[in-house]
Parts: sequence; C-alpha cells; structure tokens
Amino acid sequence: MTRPTPKHAPSLRPESDLRRIAASVLRLGKLLGVRETEVQIDETVDALTRFANNAIHQHVAEQGLVVSVRTVVDGRTARVTTNRVDEDSLRVAIENSASLAAQRPKDPHLLPLLGKQKYRSVRRFHPATVALSAESRARAVKSACQLAEKRGQVAAGIFSSGQNQCLLANSRGLSAAYRQTHATFSITMQQGSAASWAKGNAGDYRQFDPAKLAVIASEKVLRAQDPVELEPGRYTVILEPAAVLDLVGFLFYDFAATAVADKRSCFSGRVGKSLLGKNITITDDVYHPDQLGTPFDGEGVPRRRVTLVDAGTVKNLVYARQSAKQAKVQPTGHGFALPNEYGEAPMNLVVGGGDTPVDEMIVSTDRGLLVTRFWYIREVDPYEKVMTGMTRDGLFLVERGKITKAARNFRFNQSVLEMLRNVESLGPARRAAGEESFEMVVPPMKVSSFQFSEVTKF
Amino acid sequence: MWDFCSHSLDTARLRGATYGDVRVMHQRQRVLTTKNGRVGTLGQSESLGLGIRVVAHGAWGFASTDNLTRDGVAACAAQAVAIAKASALAKRESVQLAPEGSYIDSWQGPCLKDPFEIPVETQLSLLLAVDAEMGRAKGVTLTETDMQFRKIDSWFASSDGSRIHQRRFVSGCGIVAMSFQGDAIQKRSYPNSFGGQYILGGYELIEAMELLKHAPRVAEESVVLHSAAQCPEKTGTLILGGSQLGLQIHESVGHPIELDRVLGQEANFAGTSFLTLDKLHHLQYASPIVNVVADARAEHGPGLGTFAYDDEGVPAQRIDVIKDGEFHGYLSSRETAHLVGLPRSGGTMRCESWNRLPMIRMTNVSILPGQWQLDNLIADTDDAILMDTNRSWSIDDRRYQFQFSTEIGWEIKGGKKGRMLKNPSYSGITTEFWNSCDAICNADEWVLWGTPNCGKGQPMQVMGTGHGASPARFRNVKIGMAFAKQ
Repeated sequence: MTRPTPKHAPSLRPESDLRRIAASVLRLGKLLGVRETEVQIDETVDALTRFANNAIHQHVAEQGLVVSVRTVVDGRTARVTTNRVDEDSLRVAIENSASLAAQRPKDPHLLPLLGKQKYRSVRRFHPATVALSAESRARAVKSACQLAEKRGQVAAGIFSSGQNQCLLANSRGLSAAYRQTHATFSITMQQGSAASWAKGNAGDYRQFDPAKLAVIASEKVLRAQDPVELEPGRYTVILEPAAVLDLVGFLFYDFAATAVADKRSCFSGRVGKSLLGKNITITDDVYHPDQLGTPFDGEGVPRRRVTLVDAGTVKNLVYARQSAKQAKVQPTGHGFALPNEYGEAPMNLVVGGGDTPVDEMIVSTDRGLLVTRFWYIREVDPYEKVMTGMTRDGLFLVERGKITKAARNFRFNQSVLEMLRNVESLGPARRAAGEESFEMVVPPMKVSSFQFSEVTKF
Repeated sequence: MWDFCSHSLDTARLRGATYGDVRVMHQRQRVLTTKNGRVGTLGQSESLGLGIRVVAHGAWGFASTDNLTRDGVAACAAQAVAIAKASALAKRESVQLAPEGSYIDSWQGPCLKDPFEIPVETQLSLLLAVDAEMGRAKGVTLTETDMQFRKIDSWFASSDGSRIHQRRFVSGCGIVAMSFQGDAIQKRSYPNSFGGQYILGGYELIEAMELLKHAPRVAEESVVLHSAAQCPEKTGTLILGGSQLGLQIHESVGHPIELDRVLGQEANFAGTSFLTLDKLHHLQYASPIVNVVADARAEHGPGLGTFAYDDEGVPAQRIDVIKDGEFHGYLSSRETAHLVGLPRSGGTMRCESWNRLPMIRMTNVSILPGQWQLDNLIADTDDAILMDTNRSWSIDDRRYQFQFSTEIGWEIKGGKKGRMLKNPSYSGITTEFWNSCDAICNADEWVLWGTPNCGKGQPMQVMGTGHGASPARFRNVKIGMAFAKQ
C-alpha cells in the first residue's frame, strides 16, 4: 500500500534545524539582557483525506513551524508565539515577550526556569506512516467506498497521517526533543436512515487496517436497520471502548491538583476516599506502548507514571512545578506551558481492563443496550460529574444474551462517578479513539443502571 | 502578498489546475486571563502563511505553507495539484462551481479603538480589579476573567480574477464567579458564559461591557444559587434570555441549515441534518412569528459572522432562513448552490486560518426582533420559568433532540418575576420547540451575541459566529430533565 513519498510532500526538518533556531533565541535573549528565556518549537506536517457519499470531497495538507518564547523578567513572565523564524522576527518576539512581562504585576509563585533534565527515550516515529502519500490514502478510501457501493451503503470518513516534533530549551541548559508520527482512519457507513461507525488511530498506521474497519462498519449498519423506540430509563449498558473513552476522558482535568485547589474538580475533598468501584484503576502513563505524546511537560519536567485511582480510591493527582511546591510534593511532569491558569492535566489516561470480551458481556446480559459511541457530551453537574449526550451510530437492544434489534438513539444524563461504581465487568484495555476526548487506553465495560432520559427520532 | 498569491495560482495552472483560489492570512492575537486575583495567561501570537485550493482532474486539493518565498508557495501549489489528482482516484462527479463575479476590493471591519494599541498594563489592571471585586463576596471560591483580541488580514485571489483584501478586528471579554458548597458547584458569568461576549470590533466592546459594575452581582448570584430552590421537573412555559436563545438558534437552526451537513459531507464527524432537501419551502419550522436570517453584511451589525466577502470570494449576503415560520433557505457554497437550485452561492464559506480549507459556516444567524418589551412579556405570563446564561448544551447528530441547562432561572408567577431557581434545564425536539414560540421581544432587547468557539470539520476548525436574539417565550416545553432523578 505504501509508495515512496512524492517530492511535493514536505517532511519535518532535521532536529538540528530546531536546535539552531532555539540557540538563536537563547543567544538573542542574552544579548537583549533578558535574565531567563525559554523557547519551544513545534513543527507539524499533516495530511488528511476526507470522503463522503462514497467519494473524496476534501483533501488537505499542511506544514507549519511555530516558535514560542517565554521570558522571565524580575519575577514576571509572558509568552509570545510566532511562525516567522528569521532573526529579526525572533528578536521582536523576545522583545515583545519581555515587554508584556514588564507590564504585569510580579508573580510571587513564579519559579526559576528548570535546569537540565534526563528523559526516558520513547520511539514513536514510524517511517511507514511518513511514507503514506495522498495517493495511497486515496486508494484505501476508494476500496472502502467500493465496499459501500457494492452493499448499497454510503461511506463517509477520513484517512489522515502526519508527523510532528517539538523542542523545548531554556537559558538554564534544559533541552528536550521529541518527534512522532500519527495516523487515523475513521468511517461512517449509512444505509437508509441507519448509520454505523468504526475508527482506528495509532502512531504506526499498520496497527489498524482501513479495510477491516470498513467491513466492521458495513456489517454493523446492516444490524442497525429499523430501530425500535424504547422507553427512557435505567438500562444495563455494554459500552464499546470508544464510548468508555469519550465519557471517562472527561475526568482528565479533574485529576489536576490545580483544579482540586480551585474547588472545581469532582475530586475536591474526595482524594483518598473510596469513590469508584473496586474494579476501577486509572493511571496516567505516557510510556504505555499504546500511547503517544511527549515524555516531558510544558516546562520540561520528565513525565512520571501516576496511579490516579487504585481499586476505586482516588490516590494521587498530577502536579506542575508550581502546584507541586504548594502541595509540598514532587512535580509529576504534567504541567502546561506557562503562564497559564489551569496548571496541569493527565493527557495519557490508562483505564485498567479485565478479561471479559464484549461478546461475553452480551451473552451474560438478560436485557440491556450495546452502545457503539456517544456524541455531544457536555457537563451538567461538575461535582457529581453528571454528563449529558447522545448515543450515536449503532445502539442495539440485547435480550437473553443476544442482540435482538436496533434501538433509536437515547439522550443520557449520567454521573460518570456513579457509572464507575456500577461496572459489572471489563474487557481488555486498548488504545481507543472517539471524537470527544483525547485518544487513551480504555477497556469495554458492562455497566448497570445507566440513565437514559429521552429518546430522539432515529 | 499579491505576488505570492499570483505565483501560486500560476504554478497551479501550469501543473494542470482548472480552478484555484489562494488565501494569505496574517493573524495576530492577544490573550489575557486572571484567576483568583492573579494573572493567568498572558500572551501574544502571530501566524502568517498561505493556503491554496485547486481543482484538477475534476477533484479538490488543498495545501498550505508558512514558507512565504517564491519557491515555497510554488511547491505548495504543486502539492495541492498533486493532491487533487490523487483525489480524482476516488471521485464520483467533477466539481461544479456556481458562477461568481470577480472583485478587486479592500475592506476593513469596524474598530473604534485598536485593542493592540491599548497597553497590556491597562487591560490587566481592569481584569485584576474585576477579579478582586468578585473575590470580595463571601462564599465565592473561584474567580476568573478574560480578554481576547485578534487582528486578521487576509488576501484572497482566485483564478477567476478576484483580488480581495480584508482586515478584521475581533474582541471579547468575560468574567466568571464560582462557588463550591457542600456537594455542589454553582457558577455565574457575565456578559455570557464560555468566554463572554465577542464582536467584530475593538476595545470599545470592553468599555461598553462595564465589567466592574457587574462583578458584585455575578459573584453574589453564584453564592445565592446554593440556597435557591431546585428547578422543577415539568412541562410548561419557558422564557429564554437573549444569550441562551442565541445558542438555541446556533444549535437548532444554524447547524441544520448547513448544506454540507444536509448533503452528507459531515456525516462522519459533525453529523447530518434533519432538513433534507424536500423540506425547503415546505417545512413549518417555527411558529409564524419567527423570522430567522443569515446575514453577513455589515448592516446586520458587528457580529463574528460579519465580512465583506467569504473565503471563496463571494460577497456577503442576507439569506432568509425562516420566514413567517416556514423554512426558506440553506447556507450554501459555490459547489453546493446548484444542488438546491440557487443561481449563486449564499457566501458562507469561511476558514479558520491560512492552513485550513474554507467550508460552509454560519455567518450571523439571527432571529428578527418581535413586538414585546420584556417587562410586558413577563406581565403577560401567568406561570413560567425564565432561564438565562448557558451552562451546558447538547444536540443529536441530526439536530432533532436537544438539551440545554442554564446558570440561573427565576419563577414567573402571576405576571411577576419571583424566586430564583438553581440548575434549570429544558429539552425538546427542534421543530416542536420552535413551533411553540408565541412571543419575541423587540429591538430594545435584541443583542448580536458572538459565539467564538464553533467547531466543525476535519481537521477541526474553530470559527466565530454571530447570533442576534432577544428574549422569547415558548409553550409546553419539557423542563428539568437534566437533573431529574429516575
């Protein structure tokens, strides 16, 4: 499937180019009399093939590099970002950053820049993904569309691939660099008024198969025909990984020490308490083989693996340097680039799985619903973590251990905390991709007493 | 900039493109926030680059670059053509564009006070003063303020001969107080939630909003809400404040009328629409008093959907969306216009930045003012709940079933505004809801609200849209489902 990258497709610059730009910024900062300077350089080369109605209708590529400069002047800091990398523009960026900083009050909590650090090596740059061309993506899309046409279905989706790198350096000698590839194939199959969906995402595109995903969606939409309207109420649900991801993913910021200190987290006053089911363990682990992301945070602190929830008890939070100092603990490497008001967040959640595959969950269910994914999820009650949203692209009634029919989509109003107390069984955890949360590693779940409040027209 | 535009279009033509349009954009942004009396975010950014969209072999290709040299833009144009040729491997029909004139023009949006000329120190001083004012209220546990400014220059050129420069300023501000007590978090925002109010304009917005004046009320209400009565669960009469009605329009009118959704082009992500083509001029979308327009012209006001030309070079227009309650028109593009029998595009193609493809987006989708003064409307209402300032919003992927909750509500009893209610919410089916509208407030209450955070597309694009709205009354609405215990 892969072909040589065509000559018009841009690629990432060598890391030495980024180091040269960073060195220029640090040198200019010194020349301009700025006491401390931090520079972050991000480069992106992305492409996305989009299809609908069994044809490609949008097909795009982008390439860009941005340089973000933070200066620290007399206990004050500010950030200026530009995508102009000539020396004059970099000088202006430093001057503007220093000027902004000078116009703010002193920040008594501001820490000096971090010194040199050691980072664990991660290899997430896959030449096979780099080699994906517009033509090879288009051919994969064409195959999916042909399958749809053959079966009287209509396909829509994306096939994207890309590379990005970042380099963080500062005037105290810190230097951190990272590069990765990424690819996504997502497909919706429509037949009549029914729709289904499947999605894969990985650093190495060979970890998913667009043709297989197309078959999964195609077969699922056959089962989704003629949905019945069920009464809203509490149901046992079997949540596929994407559905789990998009709901549980909304907890990510609640694990931030800053959010807890600000009393806007659902874990405020609940750290150390048994809040979720004994079968729930959640870690943040950027080093998990199914994860992507930098092994350092916005200030260059090496990321640590953190157990957030252990057997239902909220054990730990994540900390940036500033929140860690206030809490008298070590930073965990989850801080955002400064200055910011949010502090930190775990971006690589891993929800521990079990050994019950979805098929067995179905067999063990007397009456329930199988949920493909959720949609348009929003927070209704921040402390009880009640979320609302819709089911989408495949909701099925399970009766006496079998899928018996499709059901019209429901609206839910459900506390995520309550849901994680009602988990009856878990399947193997894997990297899941949804549309509402970052890609993370989660298992399918069977959950009792999930609250659906209203039903829609399809 | 015009040299880069011309050179990229020439390169595309030489490589085999039959149509091309190019956007060079220079965007500058300043963001300031405070939290609990301290500066949060303080930053500026700028981004300059070029994006070119072409048709070759009857299919679309788009590429973008920040390498603004002759070689850089030529390579970008060549890449766009190569992508278009790859797209042709999986095309069904060749791209067909509605005819459009060519324009040579330069336009600048309204801006009385350039926000980038106001010292950051002045801007931060105001935010910190507002933050401190909110923090004085006993029981407030979190205070936040923000200001955001953008200056966008765009140079558009097409192989049809257009050369259009536009300059726009966008300004926004908002404040929030939160209160955590027992097992609940309550929140109040001003002038709107999720960032505040945004307009196409300058620092005059910040001055007009009088943030300092509103800070004590916002803070106090966030605390008092804890002791307010719970919004009941019932079916009854609902009066929506203007900003909430603006979001209701956005979700249940603005998105369903996007022709790309209707045609299935967004089926994988944003979703489709219940407004299938057979419903044009046939569906009673709303009650006869409801008139909704999509108006990008400056005459409509300084909204986030105001411009002189869209991002495929079509002049700004006013489209009747709902006329006397009947569904009248979609948001269209040059590619989709002919599919609904339109002679030309409605001029709604917009892109977030130079590295994004233009797509059909809302402009200013607004309900036209009705006849009522708000006081008279309340006096005319025997039993209702008045809800204001959005707290959560959600709607299905075909835009039928929605649920909204707001920060605050009040009982209306016997024509008078009564006690405060916490956790208000309402839900319904789009056309049933709009057909239950029986009163709309007049132009005195009408505000052109800015929604700065509308996400759509793959890769995702965030766009600002405008929604003029005044308070309105709806009958037989399902109330309180979000917090209903089952």
